[in-house]
Amino acid sequence: MAILVDRKTKVVVQGITGRDGSFHALQMKKYGTKVVSGVTPGKGGQSVDGIPVFDTVEQAVKETKANTSVIYVPPVFATDAIYEAIDAGVKLIVCVTEGLPTTDVLTIYNYLKIKGVRMVGPNCPGVISPGLSKVGIMPGQIHKKGNVGVVSRSGTLTYEVVWHLTLKGLGQSTCLGIGGDPIIGTNFIDCLELFEADPQTEAIVLIGEIGGTDEEEAAVYIKKHVSKPVVAFVAGRTAPPGKRMGHAGAIISGGSGTAEEKIRAFNRVGIPVAELPAQVADLVAEKLKGGRKRRK
Amino acid sequence: MKIHEYQAKEIFRKYGMPVPPGKVATKPEQARKIAEEIGTPVMVKAQVHVGGRGKAGGIKYAKDPEEVYKVANQILGMDIKGLKVKKVLVTEACDIKSEAYIGVTVDRAKKMPVMMVSPAGGIDIEEVAAKTPEKIMKLHVDPFLGLQPFQAKKLAYFVYKDPKIVRGAMKIILALYKAFWEAEASLAEINPLVVTGDGEVWAIDAKINIDDSGLFRNPYIEKMRDLSAEDPSETKAKDADLSFVKLDGNIGCIVNGAGLAMATMDLVKHFGAEPANFLDIGGSSSPEKVLNAMKIVLRDKKVKAILINIFGGITRCDDVANGIVQAVKSLKPKVPIVVRLTGTNEEIARKILEEIDLTATTNMEEVVKRAIELAEAA
Repeated sequence: MAILVDRKTKVVVQGITGRDGSFHALQMKKYGTKVVSGVTPGKGGQSVDGIPVFDTVEQAVKETKANTSVIYVPPVFATDAIYEAIDAGVKLIVCVTEGLPTTDVLTIYNYLKIKGVRMVGPNCPGVISPGLSKVGIMPGQIHKKGNVGVVSRSGTLTYEVVWHLTLKGLGQSTCLGIGGDPIIGTNFIDCLELFEADPQTEAIVLIGEIGGTDEEEAAVYIKKHVSKPVVAFVAGRTAPPGKRMGHAGAIISGGSGTAEEKIRAFNRVGIPVAELPAQVADLVAEKLKGGRKRRK
Repeated sequence: MKIHEYQAKEIFRKYGMPVPPGKVATKPEQARKIAEEIGTPVMVKAQVHVGGRGKAGGIKYAKDPEEVYKVANQILGMDIKGLKVKKVLVTEACDIKSEAYIGVTVDRAKKMPVMMVSPAGGIDIEEVAAKTPEKIMKLHVDPFLGLQPFQAKKLAYFVYKDPKIVRGAMKIILALYKAFWEAEASLAEINPLVVTGDGEVWAIDAKINIDDSGLFRNPYIEKMRDLSAEDPSETKAKDADLSFVKLDGNIGCIVNGAGLAMATMDLVKHFGAEPANFLDIGGSSSPEKVLNAMKIVLRDKKVKAILINIFGGITRCDDVANGIVQAVKSLKPKVPIVVRLTGTNEEIARKILEEIDLTATTNMEEVVKRAIELAEAA
């Protein structure tokens, strides 16, 4: 099962002839993802490692039946690329590009809702369902098929946590980075809902960080709607207020969005929060011991 | 990006908002001249990227040019929350009858811009929100439609009763939203918005924070960046396309990815030490980026050990290793360096590091503990 991406996922790579796009198109293909086409305006008719390139997403979808788009185009063109993908009828968009203006993402987000299209990102590593499909930039080899769902606002920190899970023999159903921007297409709650409904997923790891209130809202949602065990980690306990910590969304503003608040919110609803990234795997192992235990 | 009040007021004027005349000065004589030009009394206001200027004594009233000279002389060079005042705005003093607040920001949870108004102006809006939330009206704006006049009317009537004042406030509210949206701001506020004795509405203060990602659309705003108001290491990092935040500890951190970089700092603290900085070398990092990162971290003389933590994905460990070798050879750092490498091309990277007798571990906790030991021994 897994969530969002699987064997049925057929990917069109927007920006396939660029440096990142061509590299990752090949990496995805090697992993076993069905990369069916690519798009770069003006380069239609060419091919990248055997993947046909089209001028428009519409042509790519029509000719290759792509149902998922992954976007590697530079930020200045990314907004238009997203609208083009929505218009072409793909059902899932993974936007890897970092640096989209917030006003653009606000408009995109509200348009996605109208059109019923899901977007993961922007500014994210993408989605991987180990052994089935990888759409994004994460290193495939650190993952292992299994029953832990992982959702995170970060990239490399997710790899760190996933790697420890894998070393401990805890495979993953799906791992996704939802992005480090203040406004993102898919948030924690969306993923929790999908993981809860996914029969393959038996435990959920949630990796948050400072900024915004997504973690607090997720905690409330888990209490009400999630029966599967959840383990959390929150990065940025030492982050100073008012400073943007790399991610545009990772900022403590007006005293709100601190790691302490988020940890407290999780603890309040009985979700253990790991002190160190490596501890996440231990906590998950504990939760899964003796089979799946419902929290209520 | 933060901009100064006088720059925010330039943007306000561009959108037709009533802002009292004023000019910026870097010297007391210049401040006096401006006051003679625009007429007294005036306000002399410190231009620094921080709130609470008034309380810190950075905003003063002056009744004549001589007093302007005197207060400008006091304010220039003053230290406000660790920032040195290098410029003052000399601006016409208004006859204030009432003070209100209007602002617009992004509601991250609702994913919409949100307008906020309050009749309790002139004080910290977060304080108003915490103590008397009933004194604030919040109104979400559909990003497709933008702020509509009926909404501006609703907001204006929450604060004012007199129809003439409501009309003036509506114009400002609509213009503020437009400026916020088009300037690609993350926050735009007027605190206070004032009504004068003769019933006019003026924006006597202005604050705009700009979303860095939107700067490419507004080159005129990009030119407002005040390098002298930024930490020089942070400016250098920005120019080298690195994310860097200066902190107070002695463990210099170089990490790929913002989340992992924060987790690394947290780990340093967890094991009893303090990180000297946050530094994310970003995704596809070249050896040059690592070299630049080392330069920036080494500028800080408090640093007693450098901790490099890389989880290779798009970042290739061999690129990082080459960068470390280059940095060690050219910068000859006197502080110990410890390295953790996992992921893409880590084996090749290990071989590269052997050249300079560095052994990279694969474990993040181990490398953090080692860095702390070495820093303590130094």
